[in-house]
Amino acid sequence: MAGIEIRSLRKHFGDLHAVDGVDLSIRDGELLVLLGSSGSGKTTLLRMIAGLERPTSGEIYIGGQRVDGDVPPRARGIAMVFQSYALYPHRTVFQNIAFPLEAARLPRKQIDEKVRWAADMFSISRYLDRYPRQLSGGERQRVALCRALVRDPKVFLLDEPLANLDAKLRHTARDDLKRFQRQIQTTTVYVTHDQVEAMGLGDRIVVMERGKVRQVGTPQEVYEEPVDTFVATFVGQPPMNLVEASDPSLPPGTLMGFRPEQFLPRGVFGAGEDLRAFRFSVRRVEYLGSDRYVYGSVAESSTPDATIIAKLPGTIALSIPEGQTQEFAVPRRALRYFDAATGLRRRA
Amino acid sequence: MKRVALYGAALGFTVFAGFPFYWMLITAFKQNRDLYVGATDLSHIPWIFNDPPTLEHVKLLLWQTDFPRWVLNTLVVVVAVVVITVAVAVPAGYSLARLVGRWGERLGMGIFFTYLIPPTLLFVPFSRLVSLLGLQNSLGALILIYPTMTIPFSTWLVMGFLRSVPWDIEEQAMIDGYSRLAVILKVAPRLIVPGILTVVVFSFTLVLQEFVYALTFISSVNKMTVSLGVPIALVRGDVYHWGALMAAALFTSIPLAIIYNAFIDRFIQGFTMGAVKG
Repeated sequence: MAGIEIRSLRKHFGDLHAVDGVDLSIRDGELLVLLGSSGSGKTTLLRMIAGLERPTSGEIYIGGQRVDGDVPPRARGIAMVFQSYALYPHRTVFQNIAFPLEAARLPRKQIDEKVRWAADMFSISRYLDRYPRQLSGGERQRVALCRALVRDPKVFLLDEPLANLDAKLRHTARDDLKRFQRQIQTTTVYVTHDQVEAMGLGDRIVVMERGKVRQVGTPQEVYEEPVDTFVATFVGQPPMNLVEASDPSLPPGTLMGFRPEQFLPRGVFGAGEDLRAFRFSVRRVEYLGSDRYVYGSVAESSTPDATIIAKLPGTIALSIPEGQTQEFAVPRRALRYFDAATGLRRRA
Repeated sequence: MKRVALYGAALGFTVFAGFPFYWMLITAFKQNRDLYVGATDLSHIPWIFNDPPTLEHVKLLLWQTDFPRWVLNTLVVVVAVVVITVAVAVPAGYSLARLVGRWGERLGMGIFFTYLIPPTLLFVPFSRLVSLLGLQNSLGALILIYPTMTIPFSTWLVMGFLRSVPWDIEEQAMIDGYSRLAVILKVAPRLIVPGILTVVVFSFTLVLQEFVYALTFISSVNKMTVSLGVPIALVRGDVYHWGALMAAALFTSIPLAIIYNAFIDRFIQGFTMGAVKG
């Protein structure tokens, strides 16, 4: 059990600053998600914690012990699951799971017990004699997790472990993973580009972009109180609407942000609600079963053709004809203000 | 309909690939009278036995030339060259692909370019070297010279092969408790097996067919390799002993074809399948 401390960590590949000054403190036992698009530096950061990549500068502590520099991966007390699962192709499932224990020269009997215990936990005991190529994606992923588990690591590092599973399996796998992490309470760093996965799994989320940390917070904080327009549009599906409104009550150069699910026909709101109304010209309506997405633009924007999206829950049966302008509104408490030049949050 | 076309194409290719073997086979066992009829006799059908087959050419090859000796020489050279090539090229390719980073690629290209220098340019300096080492007219000369062709290409081949093998498995082993050295000695070899097989096949083939260096460095008949001895002994002036030539070609190409097939099957099967992704 151990937390991780990262101080002004940098990794440069020539001119590319993959990780550009990251400070982060990961608490003991939490599941921290590194969220970012490809090239944001999240995987490089994870690989530096693992010791697979040497930092250009900065410090990493795992459980209080400084590990940047010459501490090799095997001595860091970590276990890692790669996106590809990296199972040893010529070893059976049993031998794969036993690998780290054999490397640690544990007695045969103990290895046997541990492997069977872990395989039981992930219900893969039936496959112990098979080879990786004989398993499905979900089974391989569980073997990889199993192998990580038997090491009794201080820290789990997971690099997009669900990315290669099909969508149907991903939900159950996510749930399994979360339950498993809660049960063993080992500090876990989880890398993903999927913001739904991040929101669903993380105790806290670190949003990264171009090698820098944009925001650290619980899923709720990141969703409701984004620190800048990048986080606001990166987290949430569909992304937060940003409108540059010519509003006399606001300082010039202010972007108004609101979530699509808060942007609803005016009539839906109660009388007492403090609203900001918009004239919304509807371009297209997408019916998605549980929701409707309404695409259009608002006349109040200084860039009137920018696309604005409204997300109407199925409970609102109101008909929204395409090509017409309607009165839509956002509750004022749901509005977020950003500086148009810097993108940073402005407390109004 | 599609099936018919497919089988038709397959049949066409089989005939195309098999015909040289067939031609070698019948030529090796035809009587001279059946072989040398001249192109003017149109009633003569060349691809069947017009006279009963004979062992006369095979006897000529086996008892009146040093063919068995050449085969032995060739095997000695082949084994030595393959061992040297694998011992040098596999570690070199591995370290260039995995450990040197960006410089690895450039160094690898440099090594590959040396392969492109034709032997005709090199055999003058090589002959100086060979005589300096006192290896003239010995198999040692060939064992020394052939790796200069096989190593650069094989190094490059292993590099290219490793680029298609993801790092993940080796990194995983480092996390799971192995040192880098242990990974190189215990984990990596299993992953490179198909690459090593390719290197073996390539070196094997190259040595088997090499002629220019063999001609330059070997003068005694009993020290020749098959590729040199056969044309020297069986082409006398403008007299071609076609029957014996084809028998020699047949005896060397059949084992080669079998080995090729065995290795190519394993190569395609791919050892790393199932290790990563789907």
